[in-house]
Amino acid sequence: MTAALTVRDLHVAIGHRGSATNVLRGASLEVGAGEVRGLVGETGAGKSMLGRAVLGLLPANAVITGGTIQFEGRDLVAMPEPERRGLLGRRIALIPQDPMTSLNPVKQVGAQIAALLRHHLALSKRDALSRAEELLAEVAIREPRRVLQLYPHEISGGMRQRVLIAMAFACDPSLVIADEPTTALDVTVQRQVLQLVERLRQRHGAAILFVTHDLGVVAKICRTMTVLHAGRVLEEGETADVLAEPRHPYTRALLAATPRADRPAEALRPVPQALIENLWAEARRLDRQSATAMS
Amino acid sequence: MRWGEIIRRLVVIPPTLVGVAVIVFVLLRVVPGDPIAMMIPPGATPTNIEHLRAFYGLDQPILRQFITWFGQALRGDFGRSISVHQSVFELVRARLPATLELALLATLIAVVLGTITALIGIRLRGRRAELLVDGGVGVFLAIPDFLWALILLLLFGVLIPLLPISGRIDPEIDVSLHSNFYLLESLLTGRFDIANALVHHMILPAVALALPFSALVARILKASLADAEDQDYAQIARARGFSRPEILLREVFPNALIPTVALGGVQVTLLLGGTVLVERIFSYEGIGNMAIDAVINRDFPLIQGLILTFAVLFIALNLAVDLLVALLDPRLRHG
Amino acid sequence: MVDLALDSAAGPSSRWTAALRRGGPRLWLGAALVGVLVLVALAAPLIAPHDPLEQDLMSAQLPPAWTSGGDPAYFLGTDSLGRCVLSRLIYSARTAVAVALVAATLAAAIGIVLGLVAGSFGGWIDQLTSRLIDVWMAFPPVLLSIVLAAVIGAGLTSVIAAIVVVDWTRFARVVRAETMVQLKRDYAAAARAIGLGRGGILRLEILPNLVPLVVTLLAVEMGIAILVEVILSFVGISVAGDTPTWGGMIAEGRQIVYQAPWIMALPIACIILSVIGFNLLGDGLRTLLDPVQRR
Repeated sequence: MTAALTVRDLHVAIGHRGSATNVLRGASLEVGAGEVRGLVGETGAGKSMLGRAVLGLLPANAVITGGTIQFEGRDLVAMPEPERRGLLGRRIALIPQDPMTSLNPVKQVGAQIAALLRHHLALSKRDALSRAEELLAEVAIREPRRVLQLYPHEISGGMRQRVLIAMAFACDPSLVIADEPTTALDVTVQRQVLQLVERLRQRHGAAILFVTHDLGVVAKICRTMTVLHAGRVLEEGETADVLAEPRHPYTRALLAATPRADRPAEALRPVPQALIENLWAEARRLDRQSATAMS
Repeated sequence: MRWGEIIRRLVVIPPTLVGVAVIVFVLLRVVPGDPIAMMIPPGATPTNIEHLRAFYGLDQPILRQFITWFGQALRGDFGRSISVHQSVFELVRARLPATLELALLATLIAVVLGTITALIGIRLRGRRAELLVDGGVGVFLAIPDFLWALILLLLFGVLIPLLPISGRIDPEIDVSLHSNFYLLESLLTGRFDIANALVHHMILPAVALALPFSALVARILKASLADAEDQDYAQIARARGFSRPEILLREVFPNALIPTVALGGVQVTLLLGGTVLVERIFSYEGIGNMAIDAVINRDFPLIQGLILTFAVLFIALNLAVDLLVALLDPRLRHG
Repeated sequence: MVDLALDSAAGPSSRWTAALRRGGPRLWLGAALVGVLVLVALAAPLIAPHDPLEQDLMSAQLPPAWTSGGDPAYFLGTDSLGRCVLSRLIYSARTAVAVALVAATLAAAIGIVLGLVAGSFGGWIDQLTSRLIDVWMAFPPVLLSIVLAAVIGAGLTSVIAAIVVVDWTRFARVVRAETMVQLKRDYAAAARAIGLGRGGILRLEILPNLVPLVVTLLAVEMGIAILVEVILSFVGISVAGDTPTWGGMIAEGRQIVYQAPWIMALPIACIILSVIGFNLLGDGLRTLLDPVQRR
């Protein structure tokens, strides 16, 4: 079965001709059908950029300078715009990070979901609204009919995130990119949201690329994981294996820096500065190599 | 907007109007310039002048004059115009519809023009042509309405004589309508010949009033559209497969409308104020034109009545804009 | 990061040019237009070909020299009384600049003082001033200035008074807001901590920060002053007697617009150029001074 997502040797740079900065340096990963892969890294590692590149939503001054992105075997980068727009929101979906700002403040929740359904599935207004109500029930929102009429500012942050999750799974996608969906939530709500995502994934059979900086989240929900730093993949594999026996010193350092409930007495150890500097030096060396290779 | 706030706004209106009335009253009487002296016919005796002065109550102390005036005003009697010898109330009532229609037409033109310009500007976002749009808007904004009136008069009234440049309607046409809302009534009753003539006379002054305001609307709307387009929900809409035009119209525009109405709506009062000169330039028979004559003739009662009228209109307009903003923004409605 | 170090080490002359370049084309264009206006105003007696008040009834309503029927002696033609249009335009510039300068400065002075008082004292003083500003702004500005000028009588004083009375609120509102913001800033608290009285704080801390704001407003205000003067002379209540003003020329020209359109058109062109010049100057000054301030 073709993998849901195949990223091979992706290079992305930001900036103008003279002063471009590389944010992805030959990153590769693969998400099989129905697989849940975690994409881990610190802020600035390039994980969001990778997600955006897949969705074709790179900022105006960013450009893909090399590599391929394939969705179920189809080249996403070279795909014509109208075809890609048919896929986005339907076969490939996004769960965004910030529930406060990700919903249109002046439209009712039901109207926003219905607009999405009508755009991709050509439903009538009435059908779309009733399907929206079903979706809200699916994400465990009580009184879904009432919530349809509410505006985003009238529901809680946790409920808003559920609405966003509902919208992601609305058209039965085969790939969902979850961009740090739990970062803006408090811990108790986090757990509920993770359970919800897992349940929906099983029901719809979607693959998930779970972008996060939280190793705890990865441990809970991702069967496989990829570690990203400075736009490079440092390590990847089955989550259980990587967390039990990390091979790359960076992964080890990350694990050591994560506070753990089962070892409370341990002092926190930040990732060693020297390690970080080494990794960046390696990254810049790669940049120079590829620059000379191109000229 | 909650009812409490609306009531509070309404309650503040009468004191504000009284304040305006007091200021104008005092201002007019404290400074030099005798209206009576301007209207005495040659050969009048001092007794005649005294009678005239007493008739208009100008021989009383200021406080008594104000109390008299205020008392009458509460009963709807705003005095008699010194220069035109008619009831101030009647004079204003006769001419106000003309100005209102002009202002309405101008606002309509401005909103349409401004919105189209803003949409064109946002389509061109990031491209060099955008600077052209911004520059053009800047120039149109810098030139005030009365200058536009003069320019339009020159261009389309004199150099290329397309349109009439004075009056509200051709003198030959017999306007047998009930109200003074000529345009509205003629349109509603199917008298399109009258409506046509009216529009011919109104189009130049209306466009003159509209141009600076439309530039303002364009600038504010374009900035709001750009701001809203950068928000998360608009970006995420692209991740859901919507095209940029779809997102601009359906997601971004309703959001951008709110600050535009809030900031731009307030400026409609400037458009209304502009009618004073523009009507004068086109000899259009509205209250703006009348106001200038009233001032030159030192016609106190008429000046007072007109300033009060303008003040009421301004206040009503501001209130309407606030209500409109509350209507557009669901976040304001629920406190 | 190295670039900044180089910048501050540069000498004063290159700092000027850098500043001018930062202001952008608007600053250049605005300064040029305003500069020409001021020069013409100052050099009026030297550059005007004729006495603006000198009438030559034999040469009344002559069109500009380059059209048919024109007289090379009167480059831009003559008005109904045979007075040279070019000379009148030049002397009108004098009146315009004089009025603009005095009125704008006075409006600024009053507005700034009241704004400072309201902003720094707060409490009922602020409430009173704000109410006053609100009521003032409820008046239609054009009508107000006409009423004032009509009431005080024709003459330069009434024109200036009308402008000042109508537009001081522009300065007051902005200065008040800015004062309140600045007083909340840390350095103001620090100044209070070292015992500076209110007056000291105003003088040493607030005023210098207000300068860029005020300078920009002044430029805009002068453009407005010119417009108000034009309005008043158009309505017939400006400077007394024969003194040429653009507004007066427009009023005369309006009467004979079919026979001699240039008498109305030329002053309009002068006004537009002047107003655009002041606006551009204000815009340019704002761009120039703002980024330094808000850093």
